[in-house]
Amino acid sequence: MNPFLQLTLTPMLIGVLAACACALPGNFLLLRRQSLIGDAISHVALPGIVAAYLLTGTLSATAMFLGATGAALLAVALIELVRRLGRVEPGAAMGVVFTTLFALGVLMLEQSASRNLHLDVEHALYGNLESLIWLEGTSWSALLDPAALAGMPPQIFRLALVLAGLALFTVTFWRELMIGTFDPSFAQSIGARPRLFNIALVGLVAIAAVASFDAVGSIIVIAMFICPPAAARLMTDRLSRQIWWSMGFASASAILGYVLAGYGPMWFGSPHSVSAAGMIATVSGVILAGTALFGPRRRQNLAA
Amino acid sequence: MEILAPLFLQAGYNTALVTIGAALLGASAGAIGSFVLLRKRALVSDAISHATLPGLALAFIAMVWLTGEGRSLPGLMLGSALTAGLGLLAVDWLTRRTRLAEDAAIGAVLSVFFGFGVVLMTVIQTLNTGEQAGLAGYLLGSTAGMLRSEAELIAVAAGVTGAAIFALRRPFTLVCFDPEYAGGRGYPTGRVDLALMGLLLAVTVIGLKVAGLVLIVALTITPPVTARLWTDRPGQMVVIAALLGAAAAWIGTAISASGEGLPTGALIVLVAFALFVISLLLSPKRGLLAGLIRQRRFQTLVHERQGLLAILRNEPIYDSLTLRRLKARGWLRADGQVTPEGLSAARRAEADAARWQLYRQSHPAEAELLSGRMMEPMARVLPPDLLAELDSRLALAAAKRGEAL
Repeated sequence: MNPFLQLTLTPMLIGVLAACACALPGNFLLLRRQSLIGDAISHVALPGIVAAYLLTGTLSATAMFLGATGAALLAVALIELVRRLGRVEPGAAMGVVFTTLFALGVLMLEQSASRNLHLDVEHALYGNLESLIWLEGTSWSALLDPAALAGMPPQIFRLALVLAGLALFTVTFWRELMIGTFDPSFAQSIGARPRLFNIALVGLVAIAAVASFDAVGSIIVIAMFICPPAAARLMTDRLSRQIWWSMGFASASAILGYVLAGYGPMWFGSPHSVSAAGMIATVSGVILAGTALFGPRRRQNLAA
Repeated sequence: MEILAPLFLQAGYNTALVTIGAALLGASAGAIGSFVLLRKRALVSDAISHATLPGLALAFIAMVWLTGEGRSLPGLMLGSALTAGLGLLAVDWLTRRTRLAEDAAIGAVLSVFFGFGVVLMTVIQTLNTGEQAGLAGYLLGSTAGMLRSEAELIAVAAGVTGAAIFALRRPFTLVCFDPEYAGGRGYPTGRVDLALMGLLLAVTVIGLKVAGLVLIVALTITPPVTARLWTDRPGQMVVIAALLGAAAAWIGTAISASGEGLPTGALIVLVAFALFVISLLLSPKRGLLAGLIRQRRFQTLVHERQGLLAILRNEPIYDSLTLRRLKARGWLRADGQVTPEGLSAARRAEADAARWQLYRQSHPAEAELLSGRMMEPMARVLPPDLLAELDSRLALAAAKRGEAL
């Protein structure tokens, strides 16, 4: 028996992977002032997943993934449509669209509740990190045993794949992403196709959100899109360093948050643990508050 | 139909009270949301509403400790107002004191406060008071089983908030449009902004029980965005947004009361969005239908103008739409002969085309604004004195050309 491997390692690892997968594209969103796209997308994942369930009748990972991604793309298109036709600022257009789609998801969920749907709004919001355990991990040697590894929660492999894909995209198109972020009109003029990369970025955000959403719930997804990159932005002026900082902050939030949620209440004499998802978001907020108070680059660049 | 009874307040005193309270709330939310939208801070209310969760949970825990019963609405409202206020201050502080933009500050505050709220909710689950289910309604909004005292509190509070918004409409309008001018006129801009955000916070907290904290933000955004489609004037926009908000809340609450599995918050939001879509299609100013009609009319006028000019130049006309229009107006006979009316219309068209060309050279900015009406008779578009000036300059130019020849 090895309680660390069985009960702690996989949820913690999944938390770290999800946090990093969201924080990586979050850096670009932050600099493009599109941070709340992540917020909107993680809200509309709910109607996407419910619609996929109602259409297919299963809760298979593929159906949920396709449903949520489809809903995210639909939401982005609708936001653009409302912004153009209603001639309102992007924030307001986003508010109109994501609340409507979320309301639609809630209504569909309530209407289908009688059909014994193993999915509820709270699960969608809080996730279920604590349940992603690895019963086969009875000893350290299990880490080298393929049969035991196959018993790991599938989210771990999915998230690792998504994170690797995101990292590959970021490294490959580093120049295009950077120029498109800092100077879209210059990027246009040298043929770096900033609009194409903008769409690609939103697509990646959707994939990161959906992949993490299933494991950790929408509340961490939103927190990880914004808090680690924002804290990292207050540490450095260089984009590459900012990304490394954000990865560090994201991992620290996930690990510390998970530990505090599991063991924190015991220090107060309570036998019950609290929500790991909520605690991870809270820790990322504490880190952000710390950098906002003491970060070396917290102010505007007055000298520049 | 079972929906009609609640819609016309015939489904019992409590349901009627809840419906009226929701409508008052919708009106206040629409009105305050209009100012917030004009101030370009629409999503601040998203941060405020999510930041209510820890306060809600803390108030619940505190009340269970003190009295053993945690579901008192005034206590929960007070607690949620406290942390929502903290969240608002945090957004303000992050935006002002660090280099983060407001959207990042909003996202950070809403996710962190909500996350901490979730932690506290799991603490409540371990308290085993058996009544934590009462808090679930605040997440997505539920008017089912609402107490009479709660409905009365919501109605009165929403009414008072609405009255406060009405009393402060002048400073709000000024600060939204021209903060510097408002400052010059002696309005304390900072304090007016604070009052604006304070009332937004009040509406959010009052609306938690009805619309739920994830969806209340829609009541402050969607009706104002819809009202914007109907008018360009801020005073009218606030009134229209209040009416739309009240209608959405009224109808949504009524539908919700008519059956099972119809969550109040979601239905209010969906009704508000339906009103938005209807306005987008039908509004006479910015509606899609009106735009389509305007485009068709312009196209017809272009065909008529081109046809008339072709007549003057003795060019043959092949385009079928042009031929149809010229015949319909009585400018061409069925056999293709030009009528006397057609000839004089062609002269007028030629004169108008020349006037427009000159106007576009002499007043390019104004011409750009009026370009949608360039095919109409110039006498209808431009004032008489300007028209006379254009005509005299055209006559002068013609005379000069004559001399040169």
